[in-house]
Amino acid sequence: MKTYVGIDLGSTTTKAVLLDEEEKVLGRGITNSRSNYETACSVATEEAKVDARFTLFRREFGASGTLSDQVEEFLGALERSFRLEQFLEQLADLEETCTRLVRGERFEKIGDGVKAALAEVFKRLRGEAPAMFAPGAERKSDFFRDIAGSRYLAVAEEVGREAGVGYDVLLNVYDKSIIAVENRPPSGSLNAKFTKALERVTSDGAGMGAELANKAKNALDIELEESFLVGTGYGRVTLPFSKEHIRSEILCHGLGAHMMYPATRTVLDIGGQDTKGIQVDPSGIVENFQMNDRCAAGCGRYLGYIADEMNMGLHELGPLAMKSGKPARINSTCTVFAGAELRDRLALGEKREDILAGLHRAIILRAVSILSRSGGVADQMTFTGGVAKNEAAVRELKKLIVENYGDVTININPDSIYTGALGGAEFARRAAEGRVEGVEA
Amino acid sequence: MRPSVVKAQPTDVLKDASMIKQKQMMAEHYERLSSAPETDAKVASTFVPGNLNELLMCFDLVNNLPEVNAIQSGLRKQSGQYIMEAERAGHSEDVCTYVKSDIGMMMKGNIGPNGKKLPDPDVLLLSYTGCFTFLKWFELLREQYKCPTIFLQTPYMADGKVTPNMIQYMVKQLKEDVIPTLEQVSGVKFDIDRLREYLKKSAQAEDDLVYILQTGKNKPSPIDAYFGGIYYIGPIFGAFRGTDDAIDYYRFLREEVDQRMLKGLGPVTPDGPMDEEKYRLVVEGPPNYTSFRQFWKMFYEEGATVVASSYTKVGGTYDYGFRHDPDRPLESLAEYCLGVYTNRSLPMRIDMLTDYINEYEADGLLINSIKSCNSFSAGQLLIMREVEKRTGKPAAFIETDLVDPRYFSAANVKNRLESYFQMVEQKRSGKGAAA
Repeated sequence: MKTYVGIDLGSTTTKAVLLDEEEKVLGRGITNSRSNYETACSVATEEAKVDARFTLFRREFGASGTLSDQVEEFLGALERSFRLEQFLEQLADLEETCTRLVRGERFEKIGDGVKAALAEVFKRLRGEAPAMFAPGAERKSDFFRDIAGSRYLAVAEEVGREAGVGYDVLLNVYDKSIIAVENRPPSGSLNAKFTKALERVTSDGAGMGAELANKAKNALDIELEESFLVGTGYGRVTLPFSKEHIRSEILCHGLGAHMMYPATRTVLDIGGQDTKGIQVDPSGIVENFQMNDRCAAGCGRYLGYIADEMNMGLHELGPLAMKSGKPARINSTCTVFAGAELRDRLALGEKREDILAGLHRAIILRAVSILSRSGGVADQMTFTGGVAKNEAAVRELKKLIVENYGDVTININPDSIYTGALGGAEFARRAAEGRVEGVEA
Repeated sequence: MRPSVVKAQPTDVLKDASMIKQKQMMAEHYERLSSAPETDAKVASTFVPGNLNELLMCFDLVNNLPEVNAIQSGLRKQSGQYIMEAERAGHSEDVCTYVKSDIGMMMKGNIGPNGKKLPDPDVLLLSYTGCFTFLKWFELLREQYKCPTIFLQTPYMADGKVTPNMIQYMVKQLKEDVIPTLEQVSGVKFDIDRLREYLKKSAQAEDDLVYILQTGKNKPSPIDAYFGGIYYIGPIFGAFRGTDDAIDYYRFLREEVDQRMLKGLGPVTPDGPMDEEKYRLVVEGPPNYTSFRQFWKMFYEEGATVVASSYTKVGGTYDYGFRHDPDRPLESLAEYCLGVYTNRSLPMRIDMLTDYINEYEADGLLINSIKSCNSFSAGQLLIMREVEKRTGKPAAFIETDLVDPRYFSAANVKNRLESYFQMVEQKRSGKGAAA
């Protein structure tokens, strides 16, 4: 089947969305942007394709009216099994890379010992992998670096002690390899991994889903043809996209928000390094926009900086700020000054939650000023970007919008992080149809 | 106003006669200035908007324009260090960067674009009062040079028209203050017939300038009326109005533009002739000079031509009919000062930009807002909204600076411009409703 890919190369994360010919979302994928957009792009696309397979499985199963519990169980097992396959593949890559590094003068005497130790480490890692992907197992992160890294460190210490190989040597080999592995675009066929995963699920689950597995195989036979791709976001210029494959993120966000909420007239996007206010017409065409210029004050990165300063996770800021009863009055939205402002107020004895609430208000004030410069707020408004996930920011925004523009519906989609990529994918779909907008073909 | 000492071009680029002529004129002018101490020529410093070049020539005064010097410093990548020098001396970060570039240049020995020291002025003539900062600038210069200062007050066109009273008021100042002081400084007696002679020449060159700027109405436009326009306005806005040199320059230029128009060619850019005209824009506001080429490239690479601009009217709104008039010499000097773009009220500016979008059949309005220029920037968002409303064409807003390199963020500007061009395209072709 024909698919259309939109990729949003943001400063923090890279997102991909796959659309089908009916403008339905097939799959979404996200990865950290690293400093390597090319890899980020292929990882995000692959993740979107994996997600798309699951959509296709569901469609295939849906047609037969199988009991939904059974389907969900089967799909859960399949996903875990597939992730395991992916993990094992990358683990093999990591092992090969590590082993390859054991050479030269430094390893003249200890080389064989280190190689043997590495082989043992990876044997154990492979051995414990299935448990990590068992039902109910909790993984802290879905990124290979995080999962493999913490286990490698623990196992290598053990093995090194037993074998009399220095822990620092094993650590050093790992550090050098993980970057290379992480920056290598995904290899191997997705279908091969799915087939293996299906085999495992049918052989493990006592008789479970033989029929479903057959249906899944049918779905796997559907070829996902990448008909057209559109890239947007800061990384777009570093990719070998030709001009007709690039759209500005402003247009993509406008169209993406329109697709999620067709009644959208105003879009506010607060991303990592910029804040955009966009006005769109009834068909999602951008009428006007304003962005922060020359200064990233009040962008998502500001909250990241505050989180670092307070030694908290980014996602913990909002909940703490929500506890505030008396928000501090903070005027500066300068990211660089934020640290000083924060320490000063803590020293004065102000409560952490009150300071945080004040900081949230400050960035939203700045966003509202950008909105007003873009032409104000019209009903409905759609709020996108990472900051839209922060409940304290949303609360402040709602307050300020009511004060300044009255009763306006504010939409926040759980998938709002994909707004730009979604718009990009729709541009791709239209371009393939020959409806080229926003660029000369 | 004019970047005439252009960076060396690749040798295989054929230069047009007008470009060669302009380069030569500028070189000679700076030579006249830097050799003033030896030739005993007297020097007047004055500003571009509302400058009285013909009058200064009547007293054999050489015209030195600090704004043009600042622009030259910007183009030659010198302004950054000059600005920092001025800031070290106590000038705030928010002050107009023309001023700080000029002050910093003075502090560093006042070396002009030809590598020689610029002369100390013998008189300061401030004939444009639309910008309050200019007043302060001249106070600083007076402090430095301790020379006579003439202040010709130009009433602001708040009500959108020039009244007989305004003209009388200015002519009175010319007669009672400006001319007597200039006589005293120069030792030359004022001769009104000499002024008439110069004004006649001015009008001739002005006719050609208007013709050239209005070729932007053609499709494709043979000129870029913003980036190219900055070169075209140079002689008229600067030290050449009223000279034979200016007449020759505009004659050459007119012939070249006519040729391009006959062949259906677009503007000439630093990378050669532009291929295809995809977007026709009207631009409001001055350009950025520290990254002038890079800025321009963001337009021509995307096929965007500026067909009309307000900046090319800061030294006179000739396309609205004004000409220097030998039959009404002092009155027409007064009208000239009153009519410059920056002396016009907000409603007048809105009318003008709206007219341009309609008459030049432009796709929309782009505003380049200058960080350190309050005089130009105040009200620009309002202008934008109103022009958008009246024309139904999309507008966009970018922010840079005149000659402070710290305020040109290429990635941001490019991002905005590309978004704007795509927005124009989407509006134009699109209308294709999202399903």
